Amino acid sequence: MKMITAIIKPFKLDDVRSALSEVGVSGITVTEVKGFGRQKGHTELYRGAEYTVDFLPKVKLEIAVDAKSVKGVISAIVSSAKSEEDGKIGDGKIFVSSLDDVVRIRTGESGKEAL
Amino acid sequence: MENNIFELQYAIDTFYFLVMGALVMWMAAGFSMLEAGLVRSKNTAEILTKNIGLYSIACIAYLVIGYAIMYGGEYFLAGIESVDVESTLKDFAGREDGFHGGSIYSGASDFFFQVVFVATAMSIVSGAVAERMKLFAFFLFAAVFTAIIYPLEGSWTWGGSDVFGLYNLGDYGFSDFAGSGIVHMAGAAAALAGVLVLGARKGKYNKDGSSNAIPGANLPLATLGTFILWMGWFGFNGGSVLKLGDIANAHSVAMVFLNTNTAAAGGAIAALIFARIWFGKADLTMALNGALAGLVAITAEPSTPTALEATLIGVVGGLLVVASIVMLDRLFKIDDPVGAISVHGVVGLWGLLAVPLTNTGATFFGQIVGAATIFVWVFGASLVLWLILKAVMGIRVSEEDEVSGVDLVECGMEAYPEFTK
Repeated sequence: MKMITAIIKPFKLDDVRSALSEVGVSGITVTEVKGFGRQKGHTELYRGAEYTVDFLPKVKLEIAVDAKSVKGVISAIVSSAKSEEDGKIGDGKIFVSSLDDVVRIRTGESGKEAL
Repeated sequence: MENNIFELQYAIDTFYFLVMGALVMWMAAGFSMLEAGLVRSKNTAEILTKNIGLYSIACIAYLVIGYAIMYGGEYFLAGIESVDVESTLKDFAGREDGFHGGSIYSGASDFFFQVVFVATAMSIVSGAVAERMKLFAFFLFAAVFTAIIYPLEGSWTWGGSDVFGLYNLGDYGFSDFAGSGIVHMAGAAAALAGVLVLGARKGKYNKDGSSNAIPGANLPLATLGTFILWMGWFGFNGGSVLKLGDIANAHSVAMVFLNTNTAAAGGAIAALIFARIWFGKADLTMALNGALAGLVAITAEPSTPTALEATLIGVVGGLLVVASIVMLDRLFKIDDPVGAISVHGVVGLWGLLAVPLTNTGATFFGQIVGAATIFVWVFGASLVLWLILKAVMGIRVSEEDEVSGVDLVECGMEAYPEFTK
């Protein structure tokens, strides 16, 4: 089992959610987060004086999947979270890590059964 | 029959004065909301306390001695409570131009109309010194400003007295219809002196001299405040015609309303477009300041310009205010959170200088002498007063208190206690 953590642009959330439904993902956890990567921050002007926005708002998705679905889920996220044709700096990143166990609280099932 | 008409004229002119005064009183709400919107949330309750405090102090101080200094009469308004109907009717009959002659109205309505102007001048100061000044140092300044500093310059202008017995502004052709200079530039001069003694907010300027933005907490409130001021300004300028009760004057009041409104619109549009071109974004706060700049600019003479001229006077005000706000910030390091010195001072001066363009009774020389007289006196007297307050009790809160916010330090409460940070 794998845990897929994706950081995406907030306005892409609806697209990514429907793309994930199409490849059979049955549950995701969404968090509003802030951070920076290659896009860095940017400066804004208020009454003619500059101020820097160091951390940009992003959305973090956490998806626990069976190892054999990993490729499909990743390509669904990549294609749906990319802005425009070639993508832009700031579109986000996907992290894949191994997942030791999963437990469904209601029934106590664990492992793949609980996904 | 004639006496009945005079009684009606007295009634309508008094009623008009009172309604206009009530509109100007509402500008206190406008200043409160504008300032509450442009400071950070941790300083909101304190700026609101300042606003209701200064308004009330102005009302009492002007009642006790201010009005007597400015227009003569007794301290504590002694005698204002009685009216002699017979002699008032004789005054009406004795006017040179009869029914179309000078306005005669209740003395109490005159005081009411004048006192709300004093409060307006003082309100200008509170925004400029926001977020770092000690509350009671500000209140003490407010008491002296509204009791003595403003009434003295008011006596030289609208009061018609000689300046310290030396010269009379009327002789030079000075004209300031509703107070671009007498009220607005005077308030800004006191604010400028205060900011110079007080210094910038912590974190406003970097070591290399560059300036940081400190965005306001609540732009809906700032916008509401601007609209309230805009509305109150109809009383400010419209009431300054001083008479409604005949065709010529009623038309003049209507023209003043029209010009006041169009100047504000012109100022807002000019500032918005200028900011969009200069900064690349449509800065709302500049549009708000632009509307106020249009209003300040037209205040010195809203009755003689054509509608187009009034719009252009407002447009110039709107352009000036954006340039002035950025210059004061970047070049002079004068930290004015709400732009009061630019809106009321720089544009107030423009308003005075624009008078001779449409009013043949005024001269550029007279306007410059008048502006210099008002500025030198109000700035000088305010500077001395601020320095005395600084030496005696200190005018600035401690650095730690400034960081935690003056709401908790001065008022022991927060404006939005249930908001999580």
